[in-house]
Parts: sequence; structure tokens; C-alpha cells
Amino acid sequence: MQAGGLNVKAWIARTGHVALLTAFALFLAFPFYWMLVTAFKETTDLLNVRNNPFLFNAPPTLDNLRVLFGDTEFGIWILNTLQVGVLVVAITLLLSVPAGYALARLSGRWGHRLGIAIFLTYLVPPTILFIPFSRIISALGLQDSMWSLVLVYPSFTVPFCTWLLMGFFKTVPRDIEEAAMVDGLSRFGAFVKVVVPISSAGILTVVIFTLTLVMQEFVYGLTFITSSSHYTVSVGVPTFLVRGDVYFWGSLMGACLIVSIPIAVLYNLFVDRFVAGFTVGAVK
Amino acid sequence: MATVETRTITKRFEGHTAVDGIDLLVKEGEFLVLLGPSGCGKTTLLRMLAGLETPTSGEVVIDSRIVTRLPPRARNIAMVFQSYALYPHLSVFKNIAFPLHAVGMPRDEIRKKVEWAASMFGIERLLERKPRQLSGGERQRVALARAVVREPVVFLLDEPLSNLDAKLRTAARDELQQFQRRLGTTTIYVTHDQVEAMGLGDRIAVLNEGRMHQLGTPLEVYGDPADTFVATFIGSPPMNLIESDHVITGFRPEQYLPRAAFAADEAVHALPFVVNRVENLGADRLVYGTLEPPSPQARVISRLPSTVTVAVQPGERHEFAVRIRDLKHFDGATGLKKPGPAR
Amino acid sequence: MTAAGGAAPRVPGWLHDEQRLGTLLLAPAIVYIAALVGFPFLLAVFYSVSDATVGSRGLNFVGLRNFREIFDDPVFWRSLQNAVVFTVASQLLVLVLGKMLAMALYKDFRGKWLVRFLILLPWVAPISLGSIGWLWILDPVYSIINWLLQALRVIGPTDRLIWLGQPELAMLSVIAVNVWRLLPLATVIILAGLSSIPQDIHDAAAVDGAGFWRHLFQITIPLVMPIMLVALLFGIVFTFTDMIVIYVLTRGGPYDTTQVLASYAFFTGIMGGDLATGAAISLFLFPLLVAAAILFLTVARRAEVA
Repeated sequence: MQAGGLNVKAWIARTGHVALLTAFALFLAFPFYWMLVTAFKETTDLLNVRNNPFLFNAPPTLDNLRVLFGDTEFGIWILNTLQVGVLVVAITLLLSVPAGYALARLSGRWGHRLGIAIFLTYLVPPTILFIPFSRIISALGLQDSMWSLVLVYPSFTVPFCTWLLMGFFKTVPRDIEEAAMVDGLSRFGAFVKVVVPISSAGILTVVIFTLTLVMQEFVYGLTFITSSSHYTVSVGVPTFLVRGDVYFWGSLMGACLIVSIPIAVLYNLFVDRFVAGFTVGAVK
Repeated sequence: MATVETRTITKRFEGHTAVDGIDLLVKEGEFLVLLGPSGCGKTTLLRMLAGLETPTSGEVVIDSRIVTRLPPRARNIAMVFQSYALYPHLSVFKNIAFPLHAVGMPRDEIRKKVEWAASMFGIERLLERKPRQLSGGERQRVALARAVVREPVVFLLDEPLSNLDAKLRTAARDELQQFQRRLGTTTIYVTHDQVEAMGLGDRIAVLNEGRMHQLGTPLEVYGDPADTFVATFIGSPPMNLIESDHVITGFRPEQYLPRAAFAADEAVHALPFVVNRVENLGADRLVYGTLEPPSPQARVISRLPSTVTVAVQPGERHEFAVRIRDLKHFDGATGLKKPGPAR
Repeated sequence: MTAAGGAAPRVPGWLHDEQRLGTLLLAPAIVYIAALVGFPFLLAVFYSVSDATVGSRGLNFVGLRNFREIFDDPVFWRSLQNAVVFTVASQLLVLVLGKMLAMALYKDFRGKWLVRFLILLPWVAPISLGSIGWLWILDPVYSIINWLLQALRVIGPTDRLIWLGQPELAMLSVIAVNVWRLLPLATVIILAGLSSIPQDIHDAAAVDGAGFWRHLFQITIPLVMPIMLVALLFGIVFTFTDMIVIYVLTRGGPYDTTQVLASYAFFTGIMGGDLATGAAISLFLFPLLVAAAILFLTVARRAEVA
């Protein structure tokens, strides 16, 4: 009797569990599925109100993607974004790796507080700074140039990455550095030759995270860039492809998907580390 | 007060058997120790008694009730964890009161019970503090108070002393034993420390690799080990074991003394050896050496109490011996005790 | 610390001085941040009390005139109200749903990696692109949601819900999309918090007799609270200062019913060219950030629960 009761309860709990997860997964992932389906549908099929949208009423086609790459500057935007990304990653690493280490090791009490202060600058949103920036950028003559983004993006990547790296470096045992120093390296030498290589996973996480931040950024891109061939992909797609009354939905969805999926895959590989570094810094 | 019984209880995890068919009967009011090295299954067994793990097969019986499928709170047991598992966000008072709230006891009764439990362990003045403000010893007492407050029929303790520093541990061990005798509640205690086990247990169950090797009083497991595992696990330094002709002969270091230490008419077995090393520990000396032929060339240890003043130096050859009736014999293949008197 | 013999590399003495080294390593980042965050911020304050426009060359100090003007502007108040509603509604939903989802993800199960991948998608995709996906889903003519509702006979065959065109529906849609994109982050953070509770505590509560609800509300939630507050904080800041979702979906319409402070600042300052007013509007985002910062610091300090 007891065993029976427990089994029914367990079964209900498990079904509930599965139902809940399915509902959430559907809510969160459905738009991407929908992007996938839409990207490969014939435009006439898409725009026919009488068709069942879940079916491919005409066979799937690559036309939308052809239009996307052939008739728009989508490819150029991707290149622009990657260029900006690489440069911003380089600048961010150059600034935040040493800073993160300094905060983790060399600053004692006020180091932690300073780390928090730096992190809080991440919370200053682009929507406050973009107005003064628009003037600064044009005064510097970087209007409509990729370099404006390269200059400004580190303003939010550096605070966050310094915070992350501070957390990562703190997990490196002091013993290892001290052993290196006993072996003849200076503190800086130990940092470069021992701590950095050990933290390669953390640094890689920071690289990935910076890249995603760059690819997602919209406000500055919209403010500083004006000509279509200089857009990054996050700005170009909404402003250029979504114009007028006729949207090329198929190509549009294709564009969204092509950019989102690689980032998602990359990110997924690192999300555990990211959360670990993030929360180590916060709740310690 | 209740009996606790396991009937051929088994727990299998993916590809690995943690507990392998153990039959155990714990008497009312008994302090039973589950002793064994890490990974021997003792904690898994305890958790199955608590209801935190479900056995793969077999039954758990508490107070003559089959409780195998019941959740922990239906078993009327209390548990003290190795980490104490105090609720960090609650005060000491609320920690101890928690199980009473869970059964819906009225407030004033709860207060009385908490104060009673707290006074039993001398922590009344700590009631408003939070766990992080307490020392290790104080936390342990709070954990005990929380266990006691519901007046359960069984206490389950999972290495509760291992997080205390050595000095505190002996005092805590003493207090623990007194408190158990006073309450008379059936207690099952897990440890890997055989000194603790010998000191606390009414009976000891020696476990290894999921099986119970011996169940007996401290005297029994020490003086009459069931196999070579028990023989070497209990006692420090371990029992000397010498194999020859498929028979393993064993004798404890304190039984291996200079011939002259025994009475002249005592029936002894001579085992001369060459000394390798001597450790002077103050109360005893530990003499490490290698046996001379005709004995196999085995390493042996002798424990000389300070009352035996024979001079022993490394490199010397000495005539040490063991009383014939102190010798234990084990089967060379199985390691099990060979029955019958030593010959 | 001197180098041993001639084998060790010779480095300048100051690289050994830890205090100096620390400052040196930290300086570039701090200078950059001060220059690119501190300076523009001060500039924003300055602009808000000036008459700067996109075209103007010089700047004149005008006192609080801009602020008086926006206080007279009903759209400004509408934007402020919308921003608050938008933020509070989104965050409540995110917190509750995030907690539920985190608990569902707590135990291991087959295919968990796949579920996690799917669940993270809204957050990793660029916000503008994810929002465009919703633009299509909420399209007045081709909305898949409308199609489903019609197929399930919830609404009639000629009825159509103009998700982004009717005021209440528009606000609802915008909130839903915002919840959609913030839920993954909140869930992941809360899940990390849940995982940091030692299993022993759960076991002790089970042995002590706590049922499901008592366990949840008296043990689990209090212990996860610090981290939930961090997630809440991020959510509030990201939502209150956001303009992307609204820009892409509604451009603030219909008739400013979904206009929020950030988007209004954008339309006024950048599109409209009136930098001074735009700056003034955007400065109202700042008090919230200060409050969030203080909250964050309190959490960070009180976070030692163990």
C-alpha cells in the first residue's frame, strides 16, 4: 500500500517536471525554431494567409539565403562585426587581464572594494552615455567609422571582464606563484609565465564573453554608424532589412539565425565557467 | 528506544556495489559503531537507515516496523552530519526548534523543549547566535541538541567528531558517550577512526567494500579478529602477519616481547629478528625489524612498554617471542580465521 | 628578492615592488574606464543644462530650462511610468519563472545539455535579432500566435490580435519579449545559487521532517536569496535602461504607449537632434542605478551566510 502511494506520487512529480521543462523550453526556443522554418520557406508560401504556417506548402528553398548574401550587405556586416570583435577582444584582454590580477592578488582589502566599483561602471548604461558620445565621436572625426566602436566598446567590456578575471585569478592557489618566485621569477614574471597559462580557461571564457557582448551591442552601433556598408550585423539587420512596408521575412529570419546559432554554440561551452567566475566574485 | 535491523540490504550505484547484502541487528539502547576505511559503504548504509537513500534490495526495520520505503521524517530518527548541516540563516534557537515546527508543535512547548535540549549540552547562552558565529565544538553541540529535541528512537551519527581538532576530540568523545548512556537511545555511529570506535562502541561492525567482516564487542574484534582485514585494520600499529605454507600467523606488537619478559615456564613461540629501527614514543617503544630464518623474512613490529627496559639498538639481533595462546591463525587463501586452538 | 647568480632574468627593481606593480597593472584599465565612462557621464550632465544640438558648434549654459521643459512634456511622464511598469512586471515574472526553471534544472537528467542549450538561446542571440524574430511572430497579418488561436478556436477566423498595434497588447508583448530574453540569465544565476547549497542541509531538513513547501520557503529560498537579488539587480538595470526591445518592436508606439525613458531619450536626442533634452531625459536613469549599486553592495557584504 505504501509502495503504491509513493509510486503514483513519484510519477506525478516526474510528469510535472517534464511538462514544466517542455513548456519553458518551448517558450524560450520556439522563436529560433520559427526563424529556421521561415528562413527556408518560399516567400509566396509565407505570405499566403490561407496556408498552414507549420507546413512547407512549397518545397523548402535556399532563395532567401541567396538574397541575403547576394543582394544585401549582410556578408559585409558580418565581416565588420568580426573585425570590431577581434580588436575589442585584444584591447579588453590587454587592459583587464593585468587589472584583474592586480585586484585579485595585490590589493588587499581595498582591492575587493575597488573591484566592485569597477564592476559597477558596467551598470552605467549606453543609453545615458550615447548622447555625449555622439558628440565626442564626431569631434574625433570617427563618425561612421568602425574605429568609433573599437574605441567605445571596451568601456563596457573592460569593467565586466576585469571582474570576471578577478574571480578567476583568485582561484589560482597562491602556492604556485610563490613556488615560482622561490624559483627565481619576479612577481610579474610569475604572473606572466605561471598564472596566465594556468588561467587559460578563464581567459578563454572572457574572450568568448567579450565577443558575444560585441556582437550583441546595438545602441552605440546605431548612434555612431550611418552608412549601410559600415554597419555591424546587430544594427544592420534591423535598420536596413526592416524598412518600408515590405519585409523580406525569409531573408530576415535567415540573417537572425545565422548570427545567433554560432554564438549560442560557443557560449554554451563556456557558460558554466562564466557563471562560476561571475558568482565567485559576487558572493565571496 | 528501539531496535534497528537491516535484512540483506544492498545498494548498487552505476556499476559499483556500495553495500553488499548486510544483515545487521542493533539492540535496544546499544551504541553501535560502523567502522571501516573510506568507501567501505558505511555512510551509504547509514543513509539508507535514515531514508536518504533507497536500498536496491533488502529491508530496513526500525522498532519492528518495516520502514524501507518511508521518507526520513516518517521514521522517528535523528541524524547528526559530519558537517553538522546547521541552517546558516537561522539562529541556534531556530535551528533546534526547526524539527518541532515541522510537526506543528505549539510555540510554548517548543520553547520548553529547546531550552531543555540546549541545557543538556550547555549551550543556553548561544541560543540567539548564528552558526557562523560559533566555534566547531559549539556547532557540534547545536547539531546534537537539534537531534535530541525530538526525542527520536534512533540516533544516526555520521563522523560527527572528525571536523574537530584533536584535543577537542577526546573531550567530545567522552561527553558523547556520557550523553548516550544518560538518554539510553539506540545509536548508530559511523567512523573510520578505529580508536574512536574502540572507545565508544558497545559493539563494532567492521565494514570493507560493502561487506561486514565482523560484528562484535571491542574486545572481540581486537582480541579475536574474524579475518586478516579486521586484524590489520584494528590496532595501531597493525597486527603482525606472517605467511608460511598457506597459513597466516598473526600476533599483536604488544604481544611480541623479549623472551625474558615472559615467565620461564610460559609456552612461547620464539621468533628471533634483527632490529631495523626504534621509535621512542615515551610511554612505549616501537621496534621495527625483520624476522630471522627459519621464519620467513617478514617485517615485524614490537611494542615495548616503558616497563620493559631491555636495551634495543638497530642492527642487533634479539630473541623475542609470543605466547602460544596469543597466536592467531588465518587461512592463507581466504584470510579468514582458522577455528580451533592455536598449536 | 634578488636574482640568484647570473641565470635568473634581470628585471628592473620596480617590478618586484608589489605595491607599485599593482598600481601599474591596474592603471590602464582604470584610466580607460574613467575616460570612457566617467568623462562622458559628466558630459551628459553638462549637456543636460545646456542648449546643445547635433548641429550646434558652441554650447550655452541654460540652467534647468531643459528639465522644466521635459516636466511639462506628457510623453516624458508617460515614458517614466512605462519604464517602471515595464521593469516591475518583467522582473517579477523573471524572478518567479526563473526560480521555477532553476529548480526544474537542478537535478541531472538525460538530455539536460540539450535543454540547457535551448534555454540559453534567447540570451546569447543578439537582442536586436531575437526581437526581430518576435516581430515576425507578432506580425499583425502573419502572426503564428494568431494562427494558433484561430486553429484552436479561441478567437474567430476573422479576428486578429494586433499584438504590437493595440496599446495594452503592445505593452504586454514588449514585457513578454523582455522576460523571454532575461529569463535564461536569471535561471542560470539562480541555478548556481541553488547548487551552492550543500546537500547536507537538504538532508538535514528531510530528516528534521520538513515537507515540500516548508523546505522550499524556509530553507531553500532564504539560502538562495542573496543570489536571487543579484539576478534581480541585473534584470532591473538591463530592463529599465533598455531601448532595444522597444525600438525594434514598436518604436515606442502606438502613440508613445510603450515609450520608455531610454527610447524617448534616443528619439529626442539622436533622431531629433536635440542633444540637451535627450541628455536630460536619460539622466533620469541614473538614480535607479545608484539605488541598484547600493543594493548590490549590501548584498555583497551580507553574502556570507555559511
